[in-house]
Amino acid sequence: MNGNFSVFDISGRAMSAQLVRLNTTASNLANAGTVSGSEGGAYRSLKPVFRSVMDAHGRATVQVDQVTTSKMAPSKRHDPANPLADADGNVWEAAVDSAAELVEMVETARQYQNNVQVLETAKGLINETLRMGQ
Amino acid sequence: MATEKLFGMHATALQLRSQRMMMLASNIANAATPGYKARDLDFAKALDLAQQGGSTEGAMRYRVPVQPSLDGNTVEMATEQTAFAENALAYRSSLAFLSGRVNTLTRAIKGE
Repeated sequence: MNGNFSVFDISGRAMSAQLVRLNTTASNLANAGTVSGSEGGAYRSLKPVFRSVMDAHGRATVQVDQVTTSKMAPSKRHDPANPLADADGNVWEAAVDSAAELVEMVETARQYQNNVQVLETAKGLINETLRMGQ
Repeated sequence: MATEKLFGMHATALQLRSQRMMMLASNIANAATPGYKARDLDFAKALDLAQQGGSTEGAMRYRVPVQPSLDGNTVEMATEQTAFAENALAYRSSLAFLSGRVNTLTRAIKGE
């Protein structure tokens, strides 16, 4: 249990969680198409795990519990001309699903925007309340 | 209570609107958390409870999703955004009533 969350805690922490998600997506997309000389050395896509954090009044914000690597296996490709190829002429391509990552990116951006909107509205209402009766 | 006579139900209403805004902000913040169950404040019930001097915990309701998702998350953006906008508007109207009341009293005190 955590003290009392204000709307700034709730949306602010959600925004930083979404930013972590956007960073992992960027990292995955940047590494899509990279190759490695061994299966173990190939890039595997990262994925953040979100967990909600509640306060004593049932308000909840979100935090990144951990960043996991995907279980998707890197695909083997025969490419003897590649300088990274092993003795059999094979390279392993990064285990990244570009389409899924793009979808993830758009969803992350939308949810980040939603949180910004919540903050803006809340800030406006608080300012109006401060000016009450003036 | 003196404020009760001064501002009627709007003082309580403003507090509850602010409380509900927090709940809706929580839902929007947890839009991508697997297993998160969205909750909302039943405003009419909460107002009843608050006017009787009780806690508003009894007015919390779990949201029933229109289309449940596989990861157990029951946040639906359209529902939450509509509720948030409606709640912000209601907050503003309560605030306008309070502001009007304060202005009336200020003018009465000044004898304008």
